[in-house]
Amino acid sequence: MAGMRGVQIGSMATISRGQTALYPRLPMSDPQTQIPVTVLTGYLGAGKTTLLNRILSEDHGKRYAVIVNEFGEIGIDNDLIVESDEEIYEMNNGCICCTVRGDLIRTVEGLMRRPGRFDAILVETTGLADPAPVAQTFFMDDDVRAKTRLDAVVTLVDAKHLPLRLKDSHEAAEQIAFADVVVLNKIDLVTEDELRQVEASIRSINPAARIHRAERSGVDLAEVLDRGAFDLKRAVDNDPHFLDADDEHAHDHTHDSGVTSISLRGGEMDPKKFFPWIEKTTQIDGPNILRLKGIIAIKDDAERYVVQGVHMILEGDHQREWREEEKRESRLVLIGRDLDAERLRRTFEACQA
Amino acid sequence: MPTVAPLDLDSHCIATAWLDDTPHFALADGVVHRLDNGHKQVEANDGLLAATRTLDGKALLTAGEDGRVCKISPEGGVETLAEIGRKWVTSLAAGPQGAVAFATGRIAHVLLPDAKEKKLEHPRSVEGVAFAPKGLRIAVARYNGATLHFPATDGKPTELEWAGAHTAVTFSPDGNFLVTAMQESALHGWKLSDGKHMRMSGYPAKVKSFSWSAKGKWLASSGAPAAIVWPFQAKDGPMGKAPLELGTRGDTMVTCVACHPDSDILAIGYGDGMVIAARFADQKEVLLRRPGKGAVTAMAWDSAGQRIAFGAETGECGIIDISG
Repeated sequence: MAGMRGVQIGSMATISRGQTALYPRLPMSDPQTQIPVTVLTGYLGAGKTTLLNRILSEDHGKRYAVIVNEFGEIGIDNDLIVESDEEIYEMNNGCICCTVRGDLIRTVEGLMRRPGRFDAILVETTGLADPAPVAQTFFMDDDVRAKTRLDAVVTLVDAKHLPLRLKDSHEAAEQIAFADVVVLNKIDLVTEDELRQVEASIRSINPAARIHRAERSGVDLAEVLDRGAFDLKRAVDNDPHFLDADDEHAHDHTHDSGVTSISLRGGEMDPKKFFPWIEKTTQIDGPNILRLKGIIAIKDDAERYVVQGVHMILEGDHQREWREEEKRESRLVLIGRDLDAERLRRTFEACQA
Repeated sequence: MPTVAPLDLDSHCIATAWLDDTPHFALADGVVHRLDNGHKQVEANDGLLAATRTLDGKALLTAGEDGRVCKISPEGGVETLAEIGRKWVTSLAAGPQGAVAFATGRIAHVLLPDAKEKKLEHPRSVEGVAFAPKGLRIAVARYNGATLHFPATDGKPTELEWAGAHTAVTFSPDGNFLVTAMQESALHGWKLSDGKHMRMSGYPAKVKSFSWSAKGKWLASSGAPAAIVWPFQAKDGPMGKAPLELGTRGDTMVTCVACHPDSDILAIGYGDGMVIAARFADQKEVLLRRPGKGAVTAMAWDSAGQRIAFGAETGECGIIDISG
């Protein structure tokens, strides 16, 4: 701890901490003892509270702690509900996208002091909430990260009103961009044609999310809970859509909302080029990257390397050995705003071995 | 030889305190235990989030998930001082003449000595509250700084700005300095006479525990593999000075600190449950408790400076007697 001293302001440079370690920033906590957290986002009226009440009332033997930012008009039927004021804290480290939810840090810390009361945590955000600080809280705060793990971001959208929402707000697109699971709700209010269009809009923003159609939030809860969407070992395997960048989606999408997804494909990567590239990319484009996920084939490495990120936070790890029938190729999906697809593709491809 | 009398309880220990000569252990499940001719207990809150002793040392204040602030007497009486509904009361401070301050969401509540209640609303969440040693003045830790109020009057608050999230706050015992703990694993300080800033940084983890030494000469803090003890004797506090590092460990972190009431000696609790005492002057260390099952979260010295009531996140509590 050399270097600790009280300083007069101005006499020492601002501390800058590395935000983008490619390997997990902290010793991995044991996932068995970490409480899973599911984040429910979506516009007011999309059906969040209905889904929440279904999760709480169905007979699955699990007990939940629920964190809400506002009590809606529909009551929530649960013993353990905590109301907190949404507090977005910018981390004082010179990175404008490094934001966390201060209220979640405090509430999760309080809840975890009495861990015997619940098996999992549900966070219901307000309709206009930005999901990035919520997700980042589970990566950036050491105490929260030691005791809980983000399981998935579940976004509810209203099939009828989504097109309008995408036009008049940027939160709607961001909530979809962040989603691991999109529940396309109220499908009884639209035609099959309209549904296909809405699905295409969702896909164009986020090709990696799973979409489930539902009426009155009637989605199979197994599709919403215990997804392990942020678990590097599981995230890419339990999702057949993930990175399947079928040819029709291989091009880049720009939607009215300004949120773009870019699917990159390449062969085996030279680790000496790829790792510096992805670190630099997330540093430079971090504020504009909402999420990224990828499977990378590293030259002379028998195992698949998986990466995921939220803004400038990047995590990577070996996942498992490549199977014999698998093609050793690298795939990376970036979802964000104002991303230069051409530059990203060119520089990504230049990392090939 | 120091001796340890264990008291194994079953919930995270939020705070320990001596009321008269009786040790109290306030647990997260809302029960306050005490050792008063045997083990006794009383339920204070339905879920306890903060607890602190009143300045006269005659009662324990508790605040909880049930939105209640309570006053526990040494005989185990529970008096409800405030009830604010379903929101959590997350921070609590005891002030002069029986004043109490507590935080819920964006409001700092102050129960004044004349029993009036004052609500001070802030644009952002009130993360921590503290009373100044003299006069009826409180400080609120908030996003991007701290706010000072004289709650008995309607004067304009004093704003102290520093970018970042401030999560806890304390006045130096002489009232000359205000220090906050930050989300970014640092302490920030202001010299109140001229508003000068001091940044105390370099911690690998958040500072969750701090303690002023006798007469406020030093501020000890957790959040590192050693207890970090900043010198506050000079008129500019620790500016330009390196702190003492006491009880350095290689395999765990300091999670709790408590300064001796009279001497420059610090009780240091670690993430593995170990407790030592270290002397500032020569950094000599004495083992007080071997490692247990979890981090030490609370410690309090008795007024004679002979015994420490401690508690851990696992509910392991007890009394360390250093006179042996």
